[in-house]
Amino acid sequence: MSSVPINHPGSTLEWHLPSKRRVGMSALIAGESAVFTIFVVAYVFYIGKSLTGPTPQQVLEIPIVGTICLLSSSLTIWRAEKAIEEERMASFSLWLAATISLAVAFLTNTALEWKKLIYQDGLTISTNLFGTTFYSLVGLHATHVVVGLFLLSATLIFSLFGWVDSRQSERFGVVALYWHFVDGVWIVVFTVVYLIGR
Amino acid sequence: MRMPLFTWLLLVVSMLTLVTITPLTAAQFMLLIDRYLGGHFFDTQAGGSSLIWIHFFWIFGHPEVYVLVLPAFAIANEIIPVFCRKAIFGYPAMVAASIAIMFVSLGVWAHHMFTVGMTSASNAFFTLSTMLVGVPTGIKIFNWIATLWGGRIRFTTPMLFCIAFLFQFLVAGLTGIMLSVSPWDWQLHNSYFVIAHFHYVLVGAVVFCIFAAIYYWYPKATGRLMDETLGKWHFWLFAIGFHITFDTMHFLGLLGMPRSIYTYQPDRGWNFLNLVVSIGGLIQGIAVLIFAYNFIVSNWRGVVAGDDPWDAWTLEWATSSPPPVYNFEELPEVHSRRPLWDLKHPDDPDWEYES
Repeated sequence: MSSVPINHPGSTLEWHLPSKRRVGMSALIAGESAVFTIFVVAYVFYIGKSLTGPTPQQVLEIPIVGTICLLSSSLTIWRAEKAIEEERMASFSLWLAATISLAVAFLTNTALEWKKLIYQDGLTISTNLFGTTFYSLVGLHATHVVVGLFLLSATLIFSLFGWVDSRQSERFGVVALYWHFVDGVWIVVFTVVYLIGR
Repeated sequence: MRMPLFTWLLLVVSMLTLVTITPLTAAQFMLLIDRYLGGHFFDTQAGGSSLIWIHFFWIFGHPEVYVLVLPAFAIANEIIPVFCRKAIFGYPAMVAASIAIMFVSLGVWAHHMFTVGMTSASNAFFTLSTMLVGVPTGIKIFNWIATLWGGRIRFTTPMLFCIAFLFQFLVAGLTGIMLSVSPWDWQLHNSYFVIAHFHYVLVGAVVFCIFAAIYYWYPKATGRLMDETLGKWHFWLFAIGFHITFDTMHFLGLLGMPRSIYTYQPDRGWNFLNLVVSIGGLIQGIAVLIFAYNFIVSNWRGVVAGDDPWDAWTLEWATSSPPPVYNFEELPEVHSRRPLWDLKHPDDPDWEYES
């Protein structure tokens, strides 16, 4: 029977290895989600437990402009994704620049908020539990925005030099995935810090 | 479903690592903020809570145990079938059990905290969730035993280590279930019983499987087999030393000896048992020295292994020992869980039996 040829019946389904970049970014997002979860849990756990003021009710204002900027940047980066897939490079650069402006606007908003909190209200990271948890959670998110800003700015510079075309669309998709994650986290942070905790 | 169980298990470990280590990272950030920026996360003077640190630590600390032990399962899944000449029993159940362990292990952390003073509801929840881990783990033990059942077992050194692993991991699981009962844990928390339990896992399961893996894959990595006689000396001395040390620790725990102490009053009645523990440690040390000698010397004097010294079935044994940098000249086509079996037995390939 050793002359029987090795022929496997059927099952020649086309199978592709999933994109390494997407899998890698998804893994990063899973890990980062766990980090944020711990910080959010700490924030929620310590709501109303500060021994001294100022309290969130006294000093926090809802950052409506910043939130609108950051959330709409998810929309503009999605337009940029579409543009690079369809090789419309001018449009790509434009939507990318719009995304960056919105991110900068969000960070400026946060900076002004922090300036008011520190100089006007005297709230720093060591003032009370609210200060500690607030600056850690919002700061952790802002750090992620800054990292995203570096990625987007580098892409914009490359794009203005004409080094980017639709062959990089998958790579840009990974950056966009990260950016959507950062936006999604803001929804959670916003809800916890400015709606529940205030 | 043609992926080797080894690969499945490492996939599960990787996913678990992503959500297990990161909470520790977050908690460490908080600690840094407390220490260097004057934060108050764990500062009880400012209303902070040390309890939440304990929670955060164990949210990392417990799943971490599974990050350590799942690779040991992966090794046992590869070695046990080869040395009892049977395909692994219940492959889909093994995969499902591994994934179940991943999820359940994320919800059991507070069984390290029964003496902290949690609510009865929390105690009950974490007692039950901890017992629940015993279900998928038990499925694995049954499947390994069913694989051995009726097999033509070859008692080579890697197989001996795997069989010892089976027995010791079973005992570790049983003392784990004892400790999961919160009133029992109130008695034995922070005692040598706990030390004995987790060394049964970390040494009895993980270290034994790592030794098995080294004996099993050494010929693939170096082209030479490790010496079997020295290997058997290593196994028997290590197993005997292991049991002298860690079986005794259970009794020290029951006698009330707390963990993490450097000395104790001479009238406590722990002297003799601690001497026994030390003697066991010495025997294990000798065993490891024999292993180290064997490991180094076999690289030059070991019997030349050939490509497939164990008559195994997975792909690594289809290439030369040590493998070339490119692994395979031609990519082999995989049609079943035992691709090398299919190549060796073209008249009776596995894919005819696998769904």
